[in-house]
Amino acid sequence: MSRHVPRLLAIGSARIGSILLALVLAITVLGPALAPLSPLDFIGTPFQAPNAHAWLGTDVLGRDVLSRLLLGGYRILGLSALATVLGVLAGALLGMTAGYAKGAADEIIMRLLDVVLAFPQIILALLFVSIIGPELWLIVLIVAGFHAPQVARVARAATLRVAEEDYIRFAETIGMSRLKILIQEIFPNILTPLIVEAGLRFTYSIALIAGLNFLGLGTQPPTADWGLMINENRIGLATNPWPVVIPVLLIALLTIGTNLLADALGRVAFGRVEAGSDEAGRAARNRGPALPRADSAGVAEVQA
Amino acid sequence: MTAIEALRNTAGQVTAAGLGLPVVTVEKLRVVLAGGDAAVVEDVSLDIRPREILGLVGESGSGKTTLGLAMLGYSRRGLAFGAGSVRIDGTDILAQSDAAKRDSRRRLVSYVPQDPATALNPTLRLRTQLSECFPNPAEATEARLLQMLAEVKLPADGAFLQRFPHQLSGGQQQRIAIAMAFAHRPRLIVMDEPTTGLDVTTQAHVLDTVRQLCREHDVAVVYVSHDLAVVDSLADRVAVLYAGHIVEIGPVRRVLQQPEHPYTRALIRAVPDLEGRAVIQGISGQAPDPRHRPAGCAFAPRCDLATEDCRRDTIAAHEIGKGHFVQCLFAGTPDKAAATALDRPAQTGTSSAVPVLRVDGLNASHGDRQILWDISLQVPSHCCLALVGESGSGKTTLARCIAGLHRNLTGSLSLEGVPLPVGSRNRTRELRQRIQYIFQNPYASLNPRRTIGRSLEVALLEFERPQRQQRRGRIIAALESVALPARFADLYPHEMSGGQRQRAAIARALIVEPTLLVCDEVTSALDVSVQAVVVDVLRKLQEERGLAMLFVTHNLALVRNIAQRVAVLQAGRIVEEGDVAAVLGQPQSAETRRLMQDAPHFDLGNPPTQQANEAGGVDPSVAMRASVG
Repeated sequence: MSRHVPRLLAIGSARIGSILLALVLAITVLGPALAPLSPLDFIGTPFQAPNAHAWLGTDVLGRDVLSRLLLGGYRILGLSALATVLGVLAGALLGMTAGYAKGAADEIIMRLLDVVLAFPQIILALLFVSIIGPELWLIVLIVAGFHAPQVARVARAATLRVAEEDYIRFAETIGMSRLKILIQEIFPNILTPLIVEAGLRFTYSIALIAGLNFLGLGTQPPTADWGLMINENRIGLATNPWPVVIPVLLIALLTIGTNLLADALGRVAFGRVEAGSDEAGRAARNRGPALPRADSAGVAEVQA
Repeated sequence: MTAIEALRNTAGQVTAAGLGLPVVTVEKLRVVLAGGDAAVVEDVSLDIRPREILGLVGESGSGKTTLGLAMLGYSRRGLAFGAGSVRIDGTDILAQSDAAKRDSRRRLVSYVPQDPATALNPTLRLRTQLSECFPNPAEATEARLLQMLAEVKLPADGAFLQRFPHQLSGGQQQRIAIAMAFAHRPRLIVMDEPTTGLDVTTQAHVLDTVRQLCREHDVAVVYVSHDLAVVDSLADRVAVLYAGHIVEIGPVRRVLQQPEHPYTRALIRAVPDLEGRAVIQGISGQAPDPRHRPAGCAFAPRCDLATEDCRRDTIAAHEIGKGHFVQCLFAGTPDKAAATALDRPAQTGTSSAVPVLRVDGLNASHGDRQILWDISLQVPSHCCLALVGESGSGKTTLARCIAGLHRNLTGSLSLEGVPLPVGSRNRTRELRQRIQYIFQNPYASLNPRRTIGRSLEVALLEFERPQRQQRRGRIIAALESVALPARFADLYPHEMSGGQRQRAAIARALIVEPTLLVCDEVTSALDVSVQAVVVDVLRKLQEERGLAMLFVTHNLALVRNIAQRVAVLQAGRIVEEGDVAAVLGQPQSAETRRLMQDAPHFDLGNPPTQQANEAGGVDPSVAMRASVG
């Protein structure tokens, strides 16, 4: 992967993506240390406009918006990352098994995953949360569960290609165990498409978790959280728009940044872009396999 | 002396095949890597006359395809024209605008690619495919299309025109590509290894068609190839490329029989000969990368004769015979290496009574289709058995049955008397260790994410658990046995050349100390000079370690250099088996005779023999040589 970095940064959209991602990451990581006030203290009347004491005004319960913003990011990022990693690992294992085993095992695994895919995500999440309750681990598992089938498809397609290679035949002739072939021989060789897919999945995780939080199914009040803030403060939009506008903006920047970066990574990894030329970027766009582009529709949907 | 003069005269007259003024003139052509000054093709000048076939030979990376494409005014991605001109019928195609270039390509030049299967659009019927060759659709009449089919000796009927490309054999597809190239009566056709993917019999027929069409339609043909034997049997003149330079150019017989450039000589010594008089010899070292080419002669670092003068300035081409130019200061000086007579012992060591491998009544199928019928053969210890046959004869399937990769079979297999279960997973660890398989394509048989040392270690650890220190020693020893220095243990496959990768794959098989090596077309993806090195490594290993070896190949000429025994496979049955000298000396079966006849002969030093071909005609170039001789 490291050999892709210079070529990656030669692409304009990758540079923009990394700047956006770095900006939001800086806010979430440094935020807790920089927050001027406690996110839970009531410091004044609700929906105060920005002033010297509260730079971005107060929220629905009269808490400091700036402090809540600075503290409300790391949880969503952490949960999204965790859900993405779990989903990608599970999907990769299922996809590799299906792609390498072929035949009946392939059919069974992939058709079961199709069933999971057939359910609308938010509805299914609603169902589980209403049965078990709004637990964070449950949110992570649900989001990971949504990703697994999609990742499995990508992993299976890549595995089908790699499994035809002679180094897999060699491993079979020396009697290497099937699990070892999956992990040692196939996995490193499908890593590139998997990483690209993981980037796109991360985008979806953020949107989905923010959406669940907005609906009140994830993080519970009074915890500071961007998704939750949007919901809580909708009613004060006319008086103090910042507790709604800024979380929306941050979530949008985060998803756009990740998406641009993942998309560029895919082009570099599959399109053989030469470093240092803008033309290379254009060339890559015109050739290479069509990659799934995370569209902003998903984001808009849950934020509406 | 008189003999040489006579040859020169002959050569001069052979060139007269190309009549009239040159139709293609390349002058001081230079093709560079885009955004840099590294030249892929450097200072190339040549002329081609109508009806002349110019062979462009060289190994991978020599710039032969780049030069061929440049004559179409085309450069591949990442390359650019640096200097020079390519004139076709007087127009400089390199100086033209893109639109004018496209027009030139419609009228003046055409191209036959290497792989016809990917060159033909799979969704178009032949009728549409062929019609597209005409700039003016009105010209594509039914009669004209049928004539195109007839020209390339395909069935000229409406039903054939209705077919899709996938309904044709490889040879038929290539004939369509050739028909398309000749359709608009171009002045120049560039063919990029068009017969590489075909078996020898089909190849012989396709070459014959090319020759005939070229004469009939007054077309100049540039035939790009790595195969000297094909060029010898087809071309009038040959240009030998090395590191982007034409190091030698001249009439084909003269250049191949009296090569004057040390590289041409080394290349010829690497080509296996069906008559098998000499051991094939590889060329040590590696061709330089375009970015790091030495000053002066690019071949100097690998050349016995090189002196300080060679390394100083660019070497100019000398004319040393009529139309025979050599870029070497020592043209005419014999070099030190001499041909070693081939002396392959009938057996390397005493063999025990029990054969290492015994196959009895083997039948194998792919799905419902039976591939192998009642195969019985034995590989004695200390013996290399070559398995020969054309593509589709089932030779790879047989090798895979033995290695346990093909499971759909009946019959019995045994290794030193121990029955071999079907499929590698059903075999004991010891049996798996004792049979090692080497794959055809070294670009696919090594895990690209691992260093060579690690790949060898993984193979070793499947069977043994030596100490870390001992492991390193075993890895280095295995690499040394295939003539790779220890530093290769830390390289990744993509950092190595094809030949080095194949040797690394052999080292990976050797590290577990097998008794039987199964080699599946292990040199078919390699250049001849590299093939010679790999065959040399295998031959030495077989002799020194007394390994039993099954060597699968389609190249009959290679058999003498490596094997003691040979089995000929035809349509899944063994039609002949015996000692190499006996089988190749007095072939008994029709299939062996046919394979020997169709293999392009490369018997230098002998007067050209007439090759019979199925079309019934005498090979025109041979006939022509005979008439002037």
